[in-house]
Parts: sequence; C-alpha cells; structure tokens
Amino acid sequence: MSRGKIRRPLPEVSADPRIAVSLTVNGEALTREVSVRTLLSDFLRHELGLTGTHVGCEHGVCGACTVMIDGVAARSCLTLAMQASGCRVRTIESVAAEDGTLHPLQEAFRDCHALQCGYCTPGFIMNILSHFESGEPVDLSEEGIRDVLSGNLCRCTGYQGIVAAYRQAAARLALR
Amino acid sequence: MKPSLFEYAAPRKLDEAVALLAGDPSAMVLAGGQSLVPALNLRLAAPGRLVDIQHVEGLHALSVANGWISVGAMVRHRTLELSPEVQRANPLIRAAMAHVAHIPIRTRGTVVGSLCHADAAAEMPMLLVLMDGSVVAQGPQGRREIAADAFFQFHLTTARAPDEIVVEARFPVLPPGTGWAFEEFARRRGDYALAAVGALIRRRRGGPHAVALAACGIASRPVRLRLAEKILAENDFSEAALHAAAEAARDSVTAPDDAHATTAYRRHLLAGLLRRAVAAALSRAQ
Ligand SMILES: Cc1cc2nc3c(=O)[nH]c(=O)nc-3n(C[C@H](O)[C@H](O)[C@H](O)COP(=O)(O)OP(=O)(O)OC[C@H]3O[C@@H](n4cnc5c(N)ncnc54)[C@H](O)[C@@H]3O)c2cc1C
Repeated sequence: MSRGKIRRPLPEVSADPRIAVSLTVNGEALTREVSVRTLLSDFLRHELGLTGTHVGCEHGVCGACTVMIDGVAARSCLTLAMQASGCRVRTIESVAAEDGTLHPLQEAFRDCHALQCGYCTPGFIMNILSHFESGEPVDLSEEGIRDVLSGNLCRCTGYQGIVAAYRQAAARLALR
Repeated sequence: MKPSLFEYAAPRKLDEAVALLAGDPSAMVLAGGQSLVPALNLRLAAPGRLVDIQHVEGLHALSVANGWISVGAMVRHRTLELSPEVQRANPLIRAAMAHVAHIPIRTRGTVVGSLCHADAAAEMPMLLVLMDGSVVAQGPQGRREIAADAFFQFHLTTARAPDEIVVEARFPVLPPGTGWAFEEFARRRGDYALAAVGALIRRRRGGPHAVALAACGIASRPVRLRLAEKILAENDFSEAALHAAAEAARDSVTAPDDAHATTAYRRHLLAGLLRRAVAAALSRAQ
C-alpha cells in the first residue's frame, strides 16, 4: 500500500452528532442544538454572539476565557457546552449595568490602568468577581491577591495595576 | 485546537456508565475535564466516546467517618480544599491543594480525576501515596479497592482497567499529634511541581518514630522516600540523620533532564525540600 495512493474526497463538513443543550446565560434560559464537541467558549461566541469571552490558549493556561458556571469562575475553553447543560452561566456582558454604567471592579481597572490591549480583561474580571461574590474571606495581602490572579495571564501591564484595581474594588465594595 | 469527533453520553446510573465505558474500547471517562479537555483540544486524546459522569448518582459525596475521608468521584478539588471537616481531620490536604493549578481550575477539576490522570508531578497522587490511601474502582466484574502504591504505575498510567470507573478515593484521618508538611518548588504559581515533598511525623517515646515521606515531580510516578524515612525514624531527627536522609533521597530522582530542570538540579531541590518539610512537620508534631 502506497501512502501516496489517491483516496476518496473528504467531506467538506464532518457529520457531527448534534445534541440539544439547555442552560441559562446571563439570566436568560435558552436551548440550542449544537455539535457535541462544541466548547462552551465557542458556544458563547458563535451560537450566542457573546464575543466578550475571549479565547487565548484553548488549553486552560491563559484564563482569557474565564466565565462563571453556577457562580464560580471556570475556564469556558475547558468545558464542553454539554457539561454546562442545566447550569447558570455568566459572562462579562452581564457585569456592567443595562445603561452601561461600569461595575466598581471595571471602574477600578480603568482607574488603575489595569489593562492595555484588554484581551485578558474579561477573564480577570470574571475570576475576581466570582471570588468577591463567593462569600469566602477576601485576602487583601499582596500574596493573597496574587494567588487569586495567578490563573490569568496578562502580557501588557506587569500585573501591578491589576493588583491595585483588585484593592480599590474590594475597598469600594467593602469586602474583607 | 478543537476536539475530534466523539459520541457523548451523560448517564445517571453507575451501571449504565460502566456499560457505556465497556461498550467502546476507546471510550473515556469525563469528570471535570481540566486535564481531558485540553488533551481533546490538542488532539492528544481522541476517544470514540465520552462518558460524562457528572450526573451519575452517588458520586458527589464527601464524608469523614471511621478514620477515613471518603472522596466521591465528582467531588471537585475546591470542595475538598475548603471543607472544614477535612481540615480538622487531615490539615495536610488543604496545604497541598493550594499548589494544585489555580482556583478556576480547582472549581471544576475533581480529586479523583487528578488521581486517574496520574501525572507524575501532580500533588494529589503523591498525597495518596504518602498516606497509604486507596481508590475504589467499579467495573463490569464488580468493585475492588486498589492501594495507592499499586494504583500509580507510571506517568499517566494507573492500575485501573479501561472499563473501570473510580468511584471514590480514601485518604486517612491523621492520628492526633501527627506533624505534617508540604513543600513544593514550581517555576510559577499553579504549575506542576518541579519537585515537591510531603511529610508526616508521629513521635514515639523510645522510638522508632513513625515517619512517612513522599515526593512527586522526580520520577515516573509519585514515590515514597523509604530510605530517608528509615534513617529519620531510627535516629531521632538529629542533624546528622537529617543530612543522611536528604542525601539518601537524592537517589530517588530518576526523571531525566528536561526543558525545565536537569536531574542534578532536581536532586538538589529534593534534598532541600526534604529538609524543609521535615523541619516543618517536626514543629507541628506533639
Ligand atoms: C493550566 C492547568 C494547570 C494545572 N496544574 C496542575 C497542578 O499544578 N497540579 C495538578 O495536580 N494538576 C494540575 N492540573 C490538572 C487538574 O488538577 C485536573 O483537574 C485534574 O488533573 C483532572 O481532574 P478532572 O476532574 O478535571 O479530570 P478529567 O480531565 O475529566 O479526566 C482526567 C483523566 O482521568 C480520567 N478520569 C477522570 N475521572 C475518572 C474516574 N472517576 N474514573 C476513571 N477515570 C477517570 C479521564 O478519563 C481522563 O483520562 C492543571 C490543569 C490545568 C489546565
């Protein structure tokens, strides 16, 4: 058998098994039929047009795709859409108020120059916000903040501004 | 960077899950997905069928009873880490778990998934080996308990048969007065360990003391540092014994040079981490 032998053409679209997924996204209950291999990140972006969730490394290292699943921060690129069925998913689009007023955490990011290109920002915000909303004690030491931030990479700021924004937002939200 | 095709099943009954797994030789269990989904995205894994066990009844329980902490297959890292009951029963667990990836990964990844993934540098497999814990596996032929030492065979390889689901892991409650410590070195927070050492020490009047030491990141699987344990147990933790134990541990490093560290560097790290871990465990022992 020669490796160079001409074969039959490959299908243009692979015959993915499709499956219905029902979940709540930013408070809205919905059902969509998707390929079983759809990642939650792609589901949010391609099916729902919620492109605020960014896709960086697609193997869980960079944290840009972080969303909340049932209130806790999670990588949407390491979650199949099917795994989130029946769950409440929250994305960056739900953080500012309807009229566009920024959340205190978003304001703090702006005030403290905690972003430059902004690609990683939605992931940072969702991660920090889930920590603020968890009810667990918020450790405002440099060490404690860096531990929470360690799951998100930023290639612009050098993190100093992000640490400052974390502190400012925690103070404004009266967290400790 | 997208998974190849697979069939997806999310059964509610354990029997069903086992049958689905046995029905396709290339099938894989999906728990939290924090190791498997990256492997799917990179196409390092291409199973024909994924058996998602998150809805299987009876796999979500975490309990402390009769001297054992029993961790069901769907208990996430973060749940074990934050459990006050577990903290009282075995404080080494929380100390070690702070080194497992990052919080948003620990919220999804499961403890049992980490054991089944069996990365040679991972913290939880090392803890199970250190504490002589075990896992319980269920297959078409029934249930069996596998001791930690027999379970971990090689990097990413365990004694689990392909058609078995690990339903729970068992970590012991520490006897009162036990000193414990966990020391790790990694290049960045949340990385797998370049080397890490776990230590448990119980002083016994008139000796020999009970000493358990284990390491990860240094060999093809988590290992007990038996010779170092023996030296310390029989020599009352003298400075000479500490030195001898740290030297003896160096030989346990079999990991070849890689992009992150040379064998010689890992030997150096292990000796240093061992001294630190023993000192910290002694300071907590009564
Ligand atoms: C960026 C990043 C950093 C990380 N850093 C660390 C680290 O420092 N230390 C560390 O220990 N881990 C680390 N991890 C891995 C993490 O701990 C995973 O959550 C864990 O290893 C796997 O658990 P899971 O539930 O996500 O399993 P999955 O990803 O769902 O499964 C992992 C493997 O185990 C099998 N499996 C899972 N559950 C069962 C079961 N019940 N029965 C039989 N087979 C099963 C699966 O088939 C698969 O082969 C990291 C992950 C990422 C993405």
